Formats: sequence, C-alpha cells, structure tokens
Amino acid sequence: MSQQGYVATPPYSQSQSAMGLSPPLYGHYGDPSHAGAPPGVMKPAGPMGAAPGGVLPPGPPPPGPHQFGQNGAHAQGRPPQRFPGPPPANNAASSYAPYPPATQSSYPSAMPTASVSQLGSQLDTMHISYGSGTAPPGQAPSGQGAPPPPLQPSILQPGSQVLPPPPTTLNGLGAPPMPPSCPAPPSAQLQPPPLPGQTLGSGYPPQQGIYGAQMPGAQLAGPGGFPGGPAQMAGPAPPQRKLDPDAVPSPIQVIENDRAARGGQVYVTSTRGQVPPLVTTDCVVQDQGNASPRYIRCTTYCFPCTADMAKQAQIPLAAVITPFATVPANETPLYLVDHGEAGPVRCNRCKAYMCPFMQFTEGGRRFQCGFCSCVNEVPPSYFQHLDHMGRRLDHSERPELSLGSYEYVATLDYCRKNKPPSPPAFIFMIDVSYSNIRSGLVRLICEELKAVLERLPREEPEAPSAIRVGFVTYNKVLHFFNVKSNLAQPQMMVVTDVAEVFVPLLDGFLVSYHESQAVIHNLLDQIPDMFADSTENETVFAPVIQAGMEALKAAECPGKLLIFHASLPTAEAPGKLRNRDDRKLINTDKEKVLFQPQSGVYDALARDCVAHGCCVTLFLFPSQYVDVASLGLVPQLTGGTLYKYNNFQLHADSQQFLTDLRNDVEKKVGFDAIMRVRTSTGFRATDFFGGIVMNNTTDVEMAAIDCDKAVTVEFKHDDKLGEDSGALIQCAVLYTTIGGQRRLRIHNLALSCSAQLADVYKSCETDALVNFFAKSAFKAVLHQPLKLIREILVNQTSHMLACYRKHCASPSAASQLILPDSMKVLPVYVNSLLKSCVLLGRPDTPTDERAFQRQLVMTMGVADSQLFFYPQLLPIHTAAAQSPSPAVPAAVRCSEARLSEEGVFLLADGLRLFLWLGASCPPELIQGLFNVPSLAHVSADLTVLPEVGSPHSQALRAIVGALQRKRPHSMKLVVVKQREQPAVAFRQLLVEDKGLDGAPSYVDFLCCLHKAVCQLLN
Amino acid sequence: MATYLEFIQQNEERDGVRFSWNVWPSSRLEATRMVVPLACLLTPLKERPDLPPVQYEPVLCSRPTCKAILNPLCQVDYRAKLWACNFCFQRNQFPPAYTGISEVNQPAELMPQFSTIEYMIQRGPQSPLVFLYVIDTCLEEEDLQALKESLQMSLSLLPPDALVGLITFGRMVQVHELSCEGISKSYVFRGTKDLTAKQIQDMLGLTKPAMPMQQARPAQPQEHPFVSSRFLQPVHKIDMNLTDLLGELQRDPWPVNQGKRPLRSTGVALSIAVGLLEGTFPNTGARIMLFTGGPPTQGPGMVVGDELKVPIRSWHDIEKDNARFMKKATKHYEMLANRTATNGHCIDIYACALDQTGLLEMKCCANLTGGYMVMGDSFNTSLFKQTFQRIFSKDFNGDFRMAFGATLEVKTSRELKIAGAIGPCVSLNVKGPCVSENELGVGGTSQWKICALDATSTLGIYFEVVNQHNAPIPQGGRGAIQFVTQYQHSSTQRRIRVTTIARNWADAQSQFKHIEAAFDQEAAAVLMARLGVFRAESEEGPDILRWLDRQLIRLCQKFGQYNKEDPTSFRLSDSFSLYPQFMFHLRRSPFLQVFNNSPDESSYYRHHFARQDLTQSLIMIQPILYSYSFHGPPEPVLLDSSSILADRILLMDTFFQIVIYLGETIAQWRKAGYQDMPEYENFKHLLQAPVDDAQEILQARFPMPRYINTEHGGSQARFLLSKVNPSQTHNNLYAWGQETGAPILTDDVSLQVFMDHLKKLAVSSAS
Repeated sequence: MSQQGYVATPPYSQSQSAMGLSPPLYGHYGDPSHAGAPPGVMKPAGPMGAAPGGVLPPGPPPPGPHQFGQNGAHAQGRPPQRFPGPPPANNAASSYAPYPPATQSSYPSAMPTASVSQLGSQLDTMHISYGSGTAPPGQAPSGQGAPPPPLQPSILQPGSQVLPPPPTTLNGLGAPPMPPSCPAPPSAQLQPPPLPGQTLGSGYPPQQGIYGAQMPGAQLAGPGGFPGGPAQMAGPAPPQRKLDPDAVPSPIQVIENDRAARGGQVYVTSTRGQVPPLVTTDCVVQDQGNASPRYIRCTTYCFPCTADMAKQAQIPLAAVITPFATVPANETPLYLVDHGEAGPVRCNRCKAYMCPFMQFTEGGRRFQCGFCSCVNEVPPSYFQHLDHMGRRLDHSERPELSLGSYEYVATLDYCRKNKPPSPPAFIFMIDVSYSNIRSGLVRLICEELKAVLERLPREEPEAPSAIRVGFVTYNKVLHFFNVKSNLAQPQMMVVTDVAEVFVPLLDGFLVSYHESQAVIHNLLDQIPDMFADSTENETVFAPVIQAGMEALKAAECPGKLLIFHASLPTAEAPGKLRNRDDRKLINTDKEKVLFQPQSGVYDALARDCVAHGCCVTLFLFPSQYVDVASLGLVPQLTGGTLYKYNNFQLHADSQQFLTDLRNDVEKKVGFDAIMRVRTSTGFRATDFFGGIVMNNTTDVEMAAIDCDKAVTVEFKHDDKLGEDSGALIQCAVLYTTIGGQRRLRIHNLALSCSAQLADVYKSCETDALVNFFAKSAFKAVLHQPLKLIREILVNQTSHMLACYRKHCASPSAASQLILPDSMKVLPVYVNSLLKSCVLLGRPDTPTDERAFQRQLVMTMGVADSQLFFYPQLLPIHTAAAQSPSPAVPAAVRCSEARLSEEGVFLLADGLRLFLWLGASCPPELIQGLFNVPSLAHVSADLTVLPEVGSPHSQALRAIVGALQRKRPHSMKLVVVKQREQPAVAFRQLLVEDKGLDGAPSYVDFLCCLHKAVCQLLN
Repeated sequence: MATYLEFIQQNEERDGVRFSWNVWPSSRLEATRMVVPLACLLTPLKERPDLPPVQYEPVLCSRPTCKAILNPLCQVDYRAKLWACNFCFQRNQFPPAYTGISEVNQPAELMPQFSTIEYMIQRGPQSPLVFLYVIDTCLEEEDLQALKESLQMSLSLLPPDALVGLITFGRMVQVHELSCEGISKSYVFRGTKDLTAKQIQDMLGLTKPAMPMQQARPAQPQEHPFVSSRFLQPVHKIDMNLTDLLGELQRDPWPVNQGKRPLRSTGVALSIAVGLLEGTFPNTGARIMLFTGGPPTQGPGMVVGDELKVPIRSWHDIEKDNARFMKKATKHYEMLANRTATNGHCIDIYACALDQTGLLEMKCCANLTGGYMVMGDSFNTSLFKQTFQRIFSKDFNGDFRMAFGATLEVKTSRELKIAGAIGPCVSLNVKGPCVSENELGVGGTSQWKICALDATSTLGIYFEVVNQHNAPIPQGGRGAIQFVTQYQHSSTQRRIRVTTIARNWADAQSQFKHIEAAFDQEAAAVLMARLGVFRAESEEGPDILRWLDRQLIRLCQKFGQYNKEDPTSFRLSDSFSLYPQFMFHLRRSPFLQVFNNSPDESSYYRHHFARQDLTQSLIMIQPILYSYSFHGPPEPVLLDSSSILADRILLMDTFFQIVIYLGETIAQWRKAGYQDMPEYENFKHLLQAPVDDAQEILQARFPMPRYINTEHGGSQARFLLSKVNPSQTHNNLYAWGQETGAPILTDDVSLQVFMDHLKKLAVSSAS
C-alpha cells in the first residue's frame, strides 16, 4: 500500500466510511466461568437458520447484516436491505427485544457487558472459513452436503457449527480437514461437532429472546465515525446470533501450531520462495543461499507474475529488512569476505554484488548477473574453473557464492572522500535544567555513565573500544567539556550562541575513554554539583543536536548522540517549540498536524545529521507535553531510538532507564550507512519506510542502523516476472563498523513467482503484512485524515480477502467469511492496528504518546511489530505451578475473558509490562511472588519484582527476563490488581476486546470485514 | 628674544601649553595672513610634582552657556564678594565657603602662579579600574610563553582592587569566567559572527542580573554591585587563579593546514571585549588590552584571508584599490572604537609579529580612545616586555601614570573660536558660541573625550581669531583660553584640572615685530605636522606635501626679508630660522612618506606622532644625532650625511629607534678587539659611552624604541642613512671634498637644494 493509495480512493472502495456495526449480542462471551461450558451454550444464534443463504448459491446476497446497510444508508442512502437477508420475519420481533442485562449476570465486570452489548449481530450471516487457497474453483459448495473440500476446512459456520480450531498443520496444504483432534486453546473443552460443511439446516435456534435487542452499532471508525447510531433502528433487525470467540481464528493457536510444527528445528534457506517459520517460533536458521528470515521477511514469498495479478490481489509486496539483526549464538555469524584492493566483484551494469544468483558460464570466464542478466567478464584474480554442474570449484569456500548473507571489506572507493573512516564517537548530552537536577536524574546519569563507558562496544573483544566519547551539558546554553587526558581538571566551554551553534573545541572534546578516564570521572563527579543551584527552566533542543553533529563533522567521524532531555524547548533558539497540544483536533482533518513536526528545522536537521553520519538517540523525561512529534523526528530519521519515561521518578523508573541506556550503548550498530535494494528485472523497490532519509529514489541513507531497526521496502512490478527465474532481492548496506572499518553487508533472497493467485496467498506472512500495513499507515498519518487511513486499511484487507474468495477459494456460501490460511489472523492484527492510539485518537490519550508510538513503529522489525499489535498475555499461575525450571507458558488470547480471578497474568507489548493480579488470587501465590501475606499488601507502586526464593517468584522473574531480553525497549513493570485500579492502559492492550471508546472487538471487526467482502463480491 | 624663549619654556612647564603664536594677531584677516594658525599643544596632565590638588570643587560662572571656572584672570571685588568671569563678563557671587576671602586671603585658584590648578572631586561612587586582557592564542609557542609570563608579571603590578578580565581568541573567542572554583569555565563565541552589544550581553548572561537571588536575600542587597563579577574580578582575589589560568593557556588547538594562516578572530574578540565592558562598566576607566600576533583572518574585521599565498595588503595594493578587506575591516574597528570611546574605555593594541598585523585597520581603536599602540617583532623581545611593564609604572606619588575617561573642555574669550583638536580624542559634539565653523582636525565642538591619557598625552588645539579687522581690541587687551580637563585619576578619584592662559593681542600692522618675535617655531612645526598627518589619513600623500610646501612658501613670503626676485637676499629671523628645516625633515618623515613603510608601520608612526608632546614630536620629525669621538666630548651634530665619519660613533634617536653607528675606522678597531686590550681602555670607554646614553633614553621612553647597534656597512645602518639629510649622494659625491662623510644612495633632494628652491619661490612674485 503505497502512499498514493491513501490519496486516491481505491476503485473498489465502497465508501464504507461509516462502517459501523451492531455486533450480535453474545451472552457468554468472555465469561470465564463459562469457559468450560458445554458447546450447546455456545451455539451462536443464526439467522441463517433461515439461511440456507449461508450456503445458498449466489442468488440473493446474504442476509443483510442490516447494520452495514444502515450505516451505508447513513452515508449514502443505500437502502438497508441491500443484502436481502434470509427471511427476517422470524427474527424481526426478537431482535428488537429489549436487551436484558440480567442475562449477563455471571459476568463480573461492567466492561464486557458493554462490549457484549455491542457485538455485531450480523455474525449470523457470516461464516468464517479458512483454508489453503488451492481449492479449485467450481468445487461444490460445502453446503451441498458434499464432503468438505479438503483444502477448505471452514471451521466456523453460523449457528450450530463451531468448527474446531485450526489444524495443527499450518495451512493444511492439500490435507483434508482434520478433525479437531488437537486441543483447542484455553477453552479447549469446547468441542464443536466436527461437521465441517454441514452448516445448513435447522439447527439455528434463534435465541433472540435471550439476547435481546441490538445496541446502537459499534462504529468501526471509532470516534471518527458517523453520528447515526439511532438510524440502525430503522431497518428490520437482523437475527441475533452469537459467535463463539473461541471459534474465530486465534493468533495464539496459530503461533502455537507453528511453534509445534517448526520450533526448535533447523530452517534451511536453500529453497527459493519457502515460507519461513513465524517470528514467534524459535528455530535455528542455516544459511544456504538465502538470507535468514532474521534479516529479511517478506509479506509474501511468492510474487504474482504480473502487475495485474498484484493489483487484483491487493496484497502488498514488501520486505521487512533488518540488516543488522542479532543472530543467536548457535547460528553462524556473517562471514567477512576480503578481496583486497580489488574490492567486491560486481555486475558491470546493475552493480549488484557477487552472490549465489550469479551464473558462471564459459568455463568460469564470465558470469551472468541474476538481476539484470548482463554478462560480465570474471576478473582474472577471481577466476575459477567450473565443475560438471557448472558451479565454481570454490563454490563452497566462498561465502559470496554459497551464502545468502555475508560481508565484504569495503575498499577506499566506498569511503567518504576516499579516506578510511574514523571510528565512531559517542557524545553524551545531558539536559541540566532545573527539572532534571531536581529529579536527581543528572546525578543518576553521571553515575551510570561511569559504568556504561566501561562497556562501550568494541570490535576486538580484548582491545579497548575504538569509540571516542564527548560530553555536553546544556540548558538554554551549551556547555562543552574539554577532557583531554593531559588535563588535571576538565575545562568547561560555554556556547551561548544557540542561534548558530558551533563546536568550540576539537582537540580534547572527543577522547578515548581509556586514555582520559581520570578526567572523565572527575567531570562526571562534578557535573551534578556544578548545576546543583541552577534554576534555569528553559532548554534548547535543535542546537544541541546541531552542536553534536558539528562536532562529529569537525572530527570527520560518524557517531551517536545520546541526549537526555526533559522538557519542551522553549528558549529562544532554532527549533523552539510552543505547546500546541490541541486535543480538539482529534477526529478532524487537521489531526495529522499533531504528528507533524512544528517547524521545518527538525527535518532539515535530521537530513543534515544523516548526511554526516550522526545518529541521535533521545532519552526523554517529560512531565508534561514535550512535542514528541517534533523532538522525536531526528532520532527517528537518523536511526536512533527514542526512549520516553513519563513523569520520571528516580525510585520507580531508574531501573528501566538504566537498562535502556546500557543496552543502547552496548548494542551493535553500523554507522554512516547507505542501503541499496536491487531486484531482478520485472519489479523494483518503490517505497521505503524506516529510520532513513532518501535523497534520490534508490539510495537509502541511514546515519546508523542497529540490530533492532528494520527498513520496510515495498516492491512494484514494472514488468512480468517469470515463474522460472523467480524474484531476486539483494540488499547491500555499506556502513562503518564500531571499530571504524568500512564494510558492505549483503543479504540475498530469492522468492518464487506464480501466475496462480492461490500460490501467492499461500505464501503470505501475516506478521510481515501487518508490519507493512502499520508502517505505511503510520507514514500516511502525516498527510492524510485518519479516518481515510482507517477506511483504506479496512478496504485493502477486505479486498485481499474478497479476492481470495473470488479466485482461490471454492465457492461457498456468501455468508461465509473465508480466510486464507496464511491470513487467518490478519483480521485480529489489522483490528489491533486500527485501534492503536495512533490511528484512533481519544481525548485522553496524550498526543505525545501517539507521536511516540507512531515513530516507534516506523522502525520496527517484524518480531517487534507482532508483539506490539498482539501483546502477549501469559498466565503466570500456571507457569509457576508447572515447574520450577521455568519455561514461558503458553500465552492466552488478548481478551479480558481469558483472565481468571484466581490467576496472575503478565501482559507485554514490547513497551509496557503489566502484572495482573486476580481478585481471588490464592494468597500462597501472592506470598510466593511478593512475599506479602495478601493481595491487599501488594504495593501498587511496585516496579521491580522482589527477589523471593519461591519457585513462583523465580519463574516469574525468569519469564520477565526472557521477555525483556528480546526487546529493544526495557519495560517497566506495572502491577494491576483486578477491580482496584482503573488500568485503562492495561485494557487497551487486550486487543481482542472492544475498545474503551467503542472501538470494535475482534469479533465485531470480523463482521465488518465480512460485510465488506460481501459487498466487494457483489 | 631670550625672554620669549624663557616665557615659552616657563609656560610649558607650568601649564603644559605651547602656542604657535605667543602674541596674537588681533583680527581674523591678520590671523589668516600669518599662515600658521593660532594653535597650541596642550598636555592636559603634564606632570606637576609641585602642584598638589586642592580638596574642593571649582567655582563656576553662573551663566549657563559659560560655566567658566574661577581663575587668576578674573576680576574680583573682595568687598562685594563678587567676581567677574573673564570670558563672558558675568558677575558672580562667591559661594558661601568663600566669605573669608580678601586681598590677602585668596583661594589658590586666584593666585597667578596657579594658572593651572587641580581640583579633587569627592562626590560620586568610586569605581575600580578595569583591565581586560584580550589575548591571541595563535602565537608561536615561544611567543605565547613570553606573553604569558609578561601577563602574569603584570598582575603583580596592577592596583590590587582593580578588576581584571580575560578573553582569549583564535578560531574561537573565549571569555573566561574567573570566579568559579574547580573546573575552569569559559564562554565561547564563534569567531566569524558579528554580534551586537545586546547579543553579547545576553549570551554572557549580563542582562539578567541575579535579581531573584538578591531579592531572596534582602539583607545584602548591595553584595554584588556589578553583575559582571563572573568575568571581571578584583586582582587581589583571583590573582592565583588567573596566574594558573594564564599558565595553562594553550595555543589555539584548531589545526592549521599547510599554506594557511591560523584563523584569528580579532574583530569578534574586540567586539566582545567592548560589549562586555559596555554592559558592565560604562563610563568608568577601563583598558582593553589586545595582544595579537598576526592579522585578523576571519570574521568581521578580517584583514587578510587565511591563504598564505595571498599577502597582506601593501600601500601599493591600497593605492590600486586592491585591498579587499580594508574598508570593511576599518569600518568594523571604527565602529568599535566609537562605541568604546562613548563608554569611556580605551583599547590598547600590542601587536608583535614579523609581518603586518592589521594595525592600519585597527588603528582607530587606539587612536580614538587614547589607548596605546605597540608594535614589535615578537612578544619575546625586551621591546615588548619593557614597554608593557612601563605601562604600569608609577609617578612620584606612587600612582599609576594613567588616567581615564577624561573630557577636555575649552573656553575662549570672545575674539577667539575653537577650530578643532588633533590628538587621541573624540568629539563630544558640544556646540557653543566659541565653536568655529571652520574645522581643523576634530572640530565642531568645544569638548572632547580622551578615554585614556597619561602625563605626556598631548593634543593640538586649533583656534580661529574671529575679531573683525574694523573692531580693534584696545591696547593691552588680552585674549584668554581656559582648558578644563575632568578625568578619573588612577586612584579612581575624579579630578578636574583647570588651566587658564592669556596672551596679548597685537595689531599686525603696527606690532608686526612683536608677533614675529613671539612665534614658537617648534610648536608651529609640530602643529603644522599634526595638521598634515591628520590630513594624510584621508588624503593622498602628494597633496599633503604640496599643501605643506605652499604653507611654507607663504610663511617665508610673509616673514622673510628679501628683495623681490633675488633669492640670495632671503633671510629669516631667528624665531623662524629652524622652521624650514623642520618642514624638510617632516616631508621625508614616515608620517607623510609611505615609501619603504608598510601600512601598519605608517599607522604606528602616525599614532605616536599624534599623541606625544612637543619634544618627542620634534625628535620624530627631526631625529637627534650625537657624535662621539676622541676629539672631544659627545656633541650633537647635524642630521646630515656629512656627519657620518669614519672615526666617529654616532647615536641617533628617532624616537622609534635608537641607532648606534660605528664609523668605518671604529668598526675596524672594534673588530680587531682593541677594546679588550687594557692599553686601549679609552677606546672601550668610547664604545661604551653611546651605549650608556642610549640606555638612558631607552629607560625613559615609552614605547620602548627599537635599539639598533650597527656599524659602517652594516645592514641596519639603513636606519641612519635613511634619516640623514642626503647632502652627499652618488650624484654629487665628487663635487665635495674627500673628508666629508658618507654618500647616500638616494635621489631625494638634500636640504640645500630644498632651501634653494624655497628661497627662489619665496622671493618670486609669481607665486
């Protein structure tokens, strides 16, 4: 989805601008006490009872989820009965019955009640099916009583049939639908009758009497939606059905299945176009000619052959590249290839680097480039004979011939000004204004730096780090420090000319920590005292970055600025900001302004920084609005990281901050990088997302890129792709190592191509898709009204599904929502994305938080975005109970219904970490975890888990540690006690539930999608 | 005549005043016919050990436009306790303190011997002196070391309560904070960006005094009277600290590439210094002392780019309009100089480098503010070290010989008006009835500001006789002039020195001889020279020379005795006899000739010429030459090539240089080592004599002259040869006898030729 997608309304757009829905009422949804209820209870009410329509051939459109119609009517005057439903007569009366809340009595909290009340009733018209898209067209509809199409294990059909959870095989390629032999996720007791396909018939007790009337529809568009709730009352009410949330595809199930199928195995990358395991699955990757999925993940591993097909399917073709991803210790690190002064062998025409895709011919004297097909002479120094297979004899000895990822030593031609680069420098820039002094932060930083500096990253483990360090403090003026090793005392140089800031000294500013240790320690000891009496409140910001950048420029080295900043920079200087936090803009066309930087200063500054290889990492300690949209721009574009600690409290937040600081300093990072993505003919990279700056259409410039930063690249066809040749991608990153070496890192990936859309769908990867959707949407946020963006997201999702249904799935009832196996959980992710605070503003969400998350997501890799959009909810009580040697317990779905009063749950999304304590949590557990007698004694301010010797505590801490280890941001632990705290933030992470402000639940969204798909199909 | 010489000398000693004419022609017409204007050289603070200041305030004439100070020339009615102002004739009551006044009980200011009197003012706050060091760090290591030592030494010479500040500059400008403990702290400015005073003060945090702090502690509201305390601290408090700071000064750390000059931000450094003082100590005595070792190469006030292959501008470039930075730089420094003068501060320039340092552009800083200008080859020379030390020398009272923030006001009787002044001063633009419309020098005002002055600072003040020819002044009438100099003494007291002089009027027709006899040719020569040099700053050299020549010819025509068209009959009276010779040497002096001098040197010479007293000025115009020989005691000899003899030792004092020149024979003797042989001890004494005399001069002179010891044929002998009258040149060598000195290889005309022409022109009726 390129940005243009947001500009022009897609042709398929049905103007679903106000796609609201009144979800069906669903009494037992989320009621933990009923988790194990017999299936009978779970039977959704199906208007389809009438609905042979569910499987009826195309004749009449499926019974109108009237809400769609109504909403549409509201927007366009379309009659609600656009989809004439099944005979509504029998439903009509009941559907208007008043909603009796009493039926919900068993539900403990009011919230779910609300959400229940808004469940879409149109589920009655909907069947969810998933299967591999290989079903030959024209296959008999399942409703004909024929055996279920083997490749279309539709699991859920309206009414009585609740299909088993997905089979363990990932997408059931060619396999017949399996009986639900595998245990379902938590609510495993639910054993729907294994009668796939036999959905018709009479078994649809309407049950409307129980569930009463629908409520005014939830509006998918959230607050931006239409005002016409009451309009829904206009049409005849649809029958009320309930849809078992356990029946809708579960991400947890998908993850667990993949883990079970492929976890712990060796994934060999030799095959073109093979779909790797999910990011959540641990396996060992063996590079055999294609880059590890740790480096590159694609939205689909099989590209459609033609642009038309691509357009039809609307599946974005994109790769999420994490060129510096960390590889586990049990995988081989990248080989370093040194061709001496000759440098890497490259194609003469397209300049692609030597890689396994090059075909050697004429006895090894020439090679044909796999990307542009140009035939090149092999340089004499590189010549090697070919074996009988046509492979070079040294094939296995040369990484560049046999591996998907490797590094070259770059020659001087690849260096700035043809001079070998200097090792990078780290400049620590500390805001010493009043608030930071008062909070004790300055002292904390200075103390910590002493430890951090000891652990600067180094290339040679034994040698001292080549990185030089410098120190600046600032409030509304800047203080540089001369810490030259021969000085007895550091010297302070104040630069007050913030309008045109400059570096007052060169020699002595950037020093080797190793040499100047004494002076630096002296300085760090003095800084907190030096400003102890400062009452300066105003700060500058842009000049600080400028100064750091100038320092690196003057020293002719790349580097990283670590800025510790507290407040809105209001002092008179370039980049001065005013408080413009105007929540009134939310849900207006001007909302995008909140995400844009206040002035062009920061954008220009970021570009300057990138041009000089200056990466900015920002630690923010705001106590109020600080305009993250402006402050965070430079860190985002320069490949830095923004860490934000709201209302920083020394006792509560130090741990989190110090961990972040340590990790950020220590992590592997490449500086002054230029990335180029080359593709074989027929398609090309058209759009890039991430912490990058582009001055032309091909060169991706990055001041720095670390192991957590990903660049998402979108591809477009410019010609036909051949099924034989496939689609090749080569990503080359030229960068400077922390030791000051210039290197080229090459990642190669071969994808297959197919003229069958089904193949494309089969090879999709939801996590990468979501990553792409999120980035493209979050990028568009700057320019487009949010409402439009949400619509387009829904449109594109529904279009993908509609296309699948139309071209790949076997004909089935219109009432069925058919999901390709590879996209089974796409709806829940997309819904989460739609509900993210970036895309859905609420007056009580701080503007800064939204800007922060927007910038954060822009550089996320697939694993991070997966967790971010589908947080992990871990039942700790079970884990602790299971074993003393803790393994991370199986997660449960992100829904309040999955919480149990007796349980303790951990919820993490990569940024936040909640420990939820059920109200009836056993005291032994509490004692074991917190060493206090009861729940009441657990402090709500707790941010660090007490070290208790109990197995519970050990397990919990081990789990938290494991969660934490893989994440770029350290998460602060927040304790949430059931029914005691409002815990809005906690609720928001339960992404399957209805949002606090009426954002649709997972089930609602499925209904909405279904309706959209139906519309498209008609 | 002797009486006039005595009179003149007596007046000079008492009042520090030398008039060109000591009897004044009584009408405008006659005065203009006298060619040399009525003018005087005034040394406002001439050292007067015999004149203790009186401890009260002066009595002023009550007429608001006059406000002349009671003086011996006033008529006093002792009975009525009235006095009449001798300038405006206003009758004034004596103030109450004077009730006891009578013929026998006169206050000092009425006694004739107190025509110059000094009052001490007790009013007003006393603010400490401020010394702000502005140091170039783009020096050679050795130079910087020497400079650091000199500066550290100077700390011990400063008055203990004086405030000092430190600014260093190179590529950047650093203002050092002196008060802080522990870590040394400085404010850094980019050397390329011109800043307004307001910006500088903002950036240094001077605009916001620490008011909140003081409000919090109302008990000590006056604890910090000066917000600048961070940058300017009393010497006694921080001399240790500052000594260390100076000791740790490093050369500018920014790399200088091959073929480049170091980047030196003199312009910005000065601007910041000026701005700092402007914001903190306006109108109190303050010295900005700039030590620089090269030309400004960047930012406002840059004189030359940093490419070494492009040499700094020469006179040739300036004539060809090829000095691309000169105008802009000059403008920058003029702006700074004017601001400094307005604040009553002064800027000293100590420029030590082998090449030029941009004094041409920067000269106004010293010229307009009364600051010193010192030019040397290196900071590691005794020339600089001694000169610098001498700045802090003390007088007989133990006070520093420096005074600050002076205003000089001149009042004249009605027949006179003030045309202008030439010297280290700026106009205060005070118009009044006694201000002439014709300007000579800095005119259009009756008051000038002299931001820094010492006992030798001398101004030329030019007057115009405005009495009309047809309104004769009664016989015996006297014209009066009062000079009122208010200044801040180095002890930080305010003082007022008042000098009131009177001269007789004479009718030019009937009393021509009186006027002629009362001509002070030395003063006249210096005054004319000052006019010439003043004009030379803005006009082309040849024009000035022509103007000088014309004035000289007219003077000769007026006062010479001759028969028309008969040059041989031309005679000048004794009081004029030396004047043409002065003019001859003036024409050849570096003040008007730029040949062989760099623009910096010319600026340097002119700077000193415009501020030294009469004696020193005359030495500059016509150097003194002494001859030492076995033939007799040392004797002054003609500044003529004929004085250069083989068996003589010559000692020449040009003010800027002291040259000892050994004649050919003497040099050979010395080479042979006779001076070391006991039997030729007299030769040793002969060699030693001029050296001792030179030392004597060197000890007294400020700035310390360049000391040159050379001999016949030595390369340095050019200093002597270029000064002497080239009576023998390669052109006329053989026309003269053998025994007559050394020929000079020059095409310049000799004094004889000059005089011949002068006579011819003077007697010619054509001109």
